[in-house]
Amino acid sequence: MKSINLIKKVTLVLTFLITTVTFAQNKNERTSLEVDGVCLMCKKRIEKASLNTKGVKSAIWNVETHELKLIFDERKTNLETIQKSIVAVGHDTKTLKATDEAYETVHPCCKYRDEEVQEDHKKE
Amino acid sequence: MKQIIYIILLLPLFAISQSELKGTVFEDNASKTPLPGANVIWYGTTVGDVTDFDGKFTIPYKKEYNKLIISYVGYKTDTLLISSPKTITHYLKPTSELDEIEITSRKKPSSISYLSSQNVINVSSDELLKAACCNLSESFETNPSIDVNFADAVTGTRQIKMLGLTSPYILIATENIPSIRGASQAFGLSFIPGTWVESIQITKGAGSVVNGYESITGQINAELVKPTTDDKLFVNLYGASNARLELNTHFNTKVSDKWTTGVYLHGSTLNTKHDVNNDNFLDMPLYNQVNVMNRWQYTNPEKGLVSFINLKYLKDDKQTGEIDFNPETDKLTTNNWGSEIDTERYEVSAKLGYVNAELPWQSIGVQAAFSGHQQDSYFGLNTYDIEHNSLYANVIYNTIISDSRHKIKTGISYTYDHYDELVNTTDFNRTENSIGGFLEYNYFNLDKLNVTAGLRVDRHNLLGTFVTPRLHLRYTTWEKGVFRASVGRGKRSANILAENQKLFSTSRNINILNTTGAIYGLDPEIAWNYGVSFLQGFRVFGRKGEVIADFYRTDFKNQVVVDYENAQQVNFYNLAGESYANSFQVELHYEPFNNFNTRLAYKNYDVKTQFNSGKLERPLTPKHRFFANASYETEVDEGESRQWKFDATYNWLGAQRLSSTQNNPIQYQLSEYSKTVATFNAQVTKVFSPKFEVYLGGENIFNTRQENPIVSADNPFGSSFDTTFVYGPIFGANYYAGLRFKIK
Repeated sequence: MKSINLIKKVTLVLTFLITTVTFAQNKNERTSLEVDGVCLMCKKRIEKASLNTKGVKSAIWNVETHELKLIFDERKTNLETIQKSIVAVGHDTKTLKATDEAYETVHPCCKYRDEEVQEDHKKE
Repeated sequence: MKQIIYIILLLPLFAISQSELKGTVFEDNASKTPLPGANVIWYGTTVGDVTDFDGKFTIPYKKEYNKLIISYVGYKTDTLLISSPKTITHYLKPTSELDEIEITSRKKPSSISYLSSQNVINVSSDELLKAACCNLSESFETNPSIDVNFADAVTGTRQIKMLGLTSPYILIATENIPSIRGASQAFGLSFIPGTWVESIQITKGAGSVVNGYESITGQINAELVKPTTDDKLFVNLYGASNARLELNTHFNTKVSDKWTTGVYLHGSTLNTKHDVNNDNFLDMPLYNQVNVMNRWQYTNPEKGLVSFINLKYLKDDKQTGEIDFNPETDKLTTNNWGSEIDTERYEVSAKLGYVNAELPWQSIGVQAAFSGHQQDSYFGLNTYDIEHNSLYANVIYNTIISDSRHKIKTGISYTYDHYDELVNTTDFNRTENSIGGFLEYNYFNLDKLNVTAGLRVDRHNLLGTFVTPRLHLRYTTWEKGVFRASVGRGKRSANILAENQKLFSTSRNINILNTTGAIYGLDPEIAWNYGVSFLQGFRVFGRKGEVIADFYRTDFKNQVVVDYENAQQVNFYNLAGESYANSFQVELHYEPFNNFNTRLAYKNYDVKTQFNSGKLERPLTPKHRFFANASYETEVDEGESRQWKFDATYNWLGAQRLSSTQNNPIQYQLSEYSKTVATFNAQVTKVFSPKFEVYLGGENIFNTRQENPIVSADNPFGSSFDTTFVYGPIFGANYYAGLRFKIK
């Protein structure tokens, strides 16, 4: 009996938490995700694509760690939309892959899928 | 992701047929906690694993695999070289700690930003060390954008110029608090010891509205050393062949985990009389200076707070004039011409900065500074005392509109200045106060365009209510090509006496020709500054270089004209007609081989003012200037610190117009233009260890000297006596040596 009570309680708390999370849309939501790229030109492209998504307030991509730190208004956009804008300019995220057409548009030195390009940038 | 999952599913199969690599990934912090969810992948393959709850992973191993990449968002990605399938323990560093890693890549000693909308030249501490001596006024010797010359032949004061106009038209700030102004205008640059300066930012042209409305030709900001980043102990000793001695010591210590304090002491002295040109006058003053600063720094990264509290005290005593001048018996008599300038100054300032940790674009800065300045002096038979108390307060709020490409800076500032001056028997008292609000908008599209538009409105008790607009624009025209433009207005009250103290070391009568204005009977100075510049980076023979060309024009709507055209008078009056300064400069930087940097610059000035006697070139302003600098540093082997550094600077100044001396007796008349002047400085530094280095240098090695810098030196109480016709060095070559000792 005790365990059933506990499960009930947990479920209740969880449901409550989930509803709050869904309803409290944060206007300064912070997230970070991994975006593939190799250089400062990629940085410019990734950050620009993110900021061009309406609702994104700040986007800072780290060349070394490939981490993109985002702050965005949840009422206006969501992570998927942002990822789509990034993929559209040719950069892969962990969950979304850029189409070959999009990938082809990046500058030759930014071809991050190419091992040689990756190696070149490591030397710098 | 999917691939990794497949691989995990397939893992047992591989495990049977092949050897495998096992390991654990930890977070590199004090507690060394295991890191679950980290990606482990063989470089160039899709073979990988994700660490489990205990940070453990297992990954198939083949001989061809040799690079293992471990990554996790928020941590630094590491690549490990694997030669055999041994068990691995690895620590990943959080990226937030990356800043603490010391990066020892070479930085350029002086650089112009490719990105900023303003034409800002950043002078790092490396550049400052190129001229080991000794205070802020001497820090610009290796910079072609700033001209350094002597103000007069007796006080040894160096005066700086930018875009053809003297320092009162430049806003000079320390850590963004306007500091060299009012009473300290003449000698203030020598009151900031060189070792206290961490870096200098020189903005050519209008500059930002945030620091006030006074800047006309540009802004110079000196960042001082900070207790948390400066060496724990720093000692600098300097001695020169002219018997100038200096001692600088810094002590920095942590008081608690949030508070750090630093005590900075500077003492300098020169007590030997020099008269190499035998004009019976000292070539440079005898002086003693004691300068003390105490800084407190509070840092609280969790709350996003940084604060500084600074206390400064200065005492500077100078004596100059004729060799036999004895202040005890000759002060204010005609026995011998002599001068004493005693200055005492104290400053208290505090800063508080808050950055919202949640929203990094939001920050607030509050600054307040108070200074008291007292100068008691006499020059021959002229007495000049000035007391200046000043208060400055400023609040800045930074935020963004919609996203981080649109930045806003806004705030209010308040200044209060009280001047009490005594010139011989005349008292001048003046109180100025102003309150103003400013707004600066910056748009940077992360690519080609960067625009800053600023506006401020100030209400000043003597200058009235007025608007100060400033606009800066940067555009990347093509690869490594940067175009900049700026326009802005500046307004200021001219402190005619404090700024022109050299006039006291003459026999001239001082006349103020206007009477209706609010400041000494004169009107405020108003000028517009327009500028364009172009920067092009290039590669020649595989070596980097850049060319910078800029043109600026300063157009005065009103100016307080300082007229020396009558050799027996100095007249101050409001401008009637045109006054402008055109400056064109072209500069080339190139590194012909590793660690060898060269800089060449040519500058052309066209500075004219409508004087009562006609439209004339501004006196003592060379039309042409040529500058060359070369520096070389020997390669430092890894783990070593022994190094040699060489630096040499050549400067050539074209002829400078001298104000008219027509109504002097024939023996005291000067030619219309000065001779040209060439000087050469060089310095060698030997670094023995990170703790110890020694330097040796020479100033004016060509031993260039201006003959007869003092007019009527043989009759200093006659009506033609004048020490202001200085266009070149008075003292010849000077050699110096010094050492620096530091403990990090």
